[in-house]
Amino acid sequence: MIRIEGLVKHYGDVKAVRGINFEVNDGEILGFLGANGAGKSTTLKIMTSFLSPTAGNVYVNDLNILDHSLEIRKQIGYLPELNPLYTDMRVYDLLEFVAKIRGITGKSFKQAMAKVVEQCGLEGVVHKQVSALSKGYKQRLGLATAIIHDPKILILDEPVTGLDPNQIVEIRELIKELGREKMVIISSHILQEIEVTVDRIVIIHDGSIVADGTRDELMAGFLGKTQLTLEIKNATEGSLGKLSSEIEDVSVVRIEPVHGNHFVVMEYDKHHDPRETIFNLAKSENWVLLEMNPKKTQLEDIFRKLTLKGGAHA
Amino acid sequence: MRNIKTVYLRELKFFFNSPMAYIFLVIFSLINGYFFTNTFFLINQSDLRSLFSIVPLVFLFFVPAVTMGLIAWEKNSGTIELISTLPVKDTEFVVGKYLSGLTLILVGMAFSLVHFTTLLVVGTNIDVGAVICGYFGIILLGAFYSAIGTFASSVTDNQVVAFIIGITVVIIFFLLDKVLIFVPAGFSGILQYISVEYHLSNISRGVIDSRNIIYFGSMIWLFLSLTTRVVEIRKWR
Repeated sequence: MIRIEGLVKHYGDVKAVRGINFEVNDGEILGFLGANGAGKSTTLKIMTSFLSPTAGNVYVNDLNILDHSLEIRKQIGYLPELNPLYTDMRVYDLLEFVAKIRGITGKSFKQAMAKVVEQCGLEGVVHKQVSALSKGYKQRLGLATAIIHDPKILILDEPVTGLDPNQIVEIRELIKELGREKMVIISSHILQEIEVTVDRIVIIHDGSIVADGTRDELMAGFLGKTQLTLEIKNATEGSLGKLSSEIEDVSVVRIEPVHGNHFVVMEYDKHHDPRETIFNLAKSENWVLLEMNPKKTQLEDIFRKLTLKGGAHA
Repeated sequence: MRNIKTVYLRELKFFFNSPMAYIFLVIFSLINGYFFTNTFFLINQSDLRSLFSIVPLVFLFFVPAVTMGLIAWEKNSGTIELISTLPVKDTEFVVGKYLSGLTLILVGMAFSLVHFTTLLVVGTNIDVGAVICGYFGIILLGAFYSAIGTFASSVTDNQVVAFIIGITVVIIFFLLDKVLIFVPAGFSGILQYISVEYHLSNISRGVIDSRNIIYFGSMIWLFLSLTTRVVEIRKWR
């Protein structure tokens, strides 16, 4: 289990992370979401001992990062955002180098090597120079170096950024497979990339956590309102006023006349679905309903609302 | 220990997989060879003194050039993030890097053994003890300068800047001995003790005093622990 307590990181005057708290449980796949510059990478870099916190602490299985950095590093596999690799080495040599530092040698190295080469699909490139690999293969190699010691905790900083759609699907599958037995933390600034993969989502904005929960919890807790679009024929401005006066718990956002018809946009609380009442009203007023289209809130909308400038307080 | 070896071997492979090591070895040997043979037959003495007097000068430039990339390059390419999130202690990282730079310099010195062979073939009454002491001094000097170079490489992510810092610090230690007449008498003793030349000349003369060994040992320790500090400080910025 990882527990982050009051984590603060300043770079000079820049406050990158402003006292965040959250926990990640064993066997969980956590999506760590935020716009560029929100503090995602900084948080992950502190968790992996690349940076030290200005204040606060990170506990990994009750060991804190300041006093037990080495033991914690042994338990974690980390794929940094920029995926720095020694480009002068061959793929095999690089994996051997990392394995040696992880204390994997001899027979167990051969097994670990065969396993990651198969898992990450590196078969064709084992004897190639790292600098000659394509972006997708470099990413797979980065992932291979992160999992060669079969870590209990895997931290991936924007693992699918810059990959083509096929590669994204492949990496996603791999992450899902790894997530069956490991704790995985994936950061991203693109929600769709990780929405389907993760168990829980933590959204960070401007150095603070603005949302934490499962996909459904976020959806339920955040926006209860559904937007409803109507297109009505044979209505007058005056009679349309009844939409707000005769139906409870709805608010009419706007009414626009278009080509003799009227477009109406309204919002309603999800517990008070007004569609039936609207239909009956239309019948009694002799309106012709050309369109009635409720738009459910997407997770994407929540994310946008939370991470737009100042949106956290809106 | 095992990690030092792993870091060390990786770095050596890096040197020898790129043209850098070979360019260094060739130029280093050419310069040494030129200055050695230039006067060797004129002076008509069976010793390597001319070699041992030129190598410290060549080291002023070559050692910082060899070591400039050791850590600066890792910072520049971002691979420092890979290595420092692996379970490697900062000390192991620094010592492994340092030893690889030093190894390249020792290999360069090994090439100069060809001059010793020449001496054995054409010379008479060779003072082998003086040659061994000469080599011993040069190796200590190379080890000291390498530590300075490693330190210089850790304070920046730019190799050229590391090179300039390295040369500057090395030259300061080299020149301290030459400015003794300009400083007050009470101070000159200390300066002399800090200067490289004082200890090197003792060893080259065949007087291997424990003070000289302690000097080189503590200087190497000082610069390597400074380097480790600098590598650690990066995290707190």
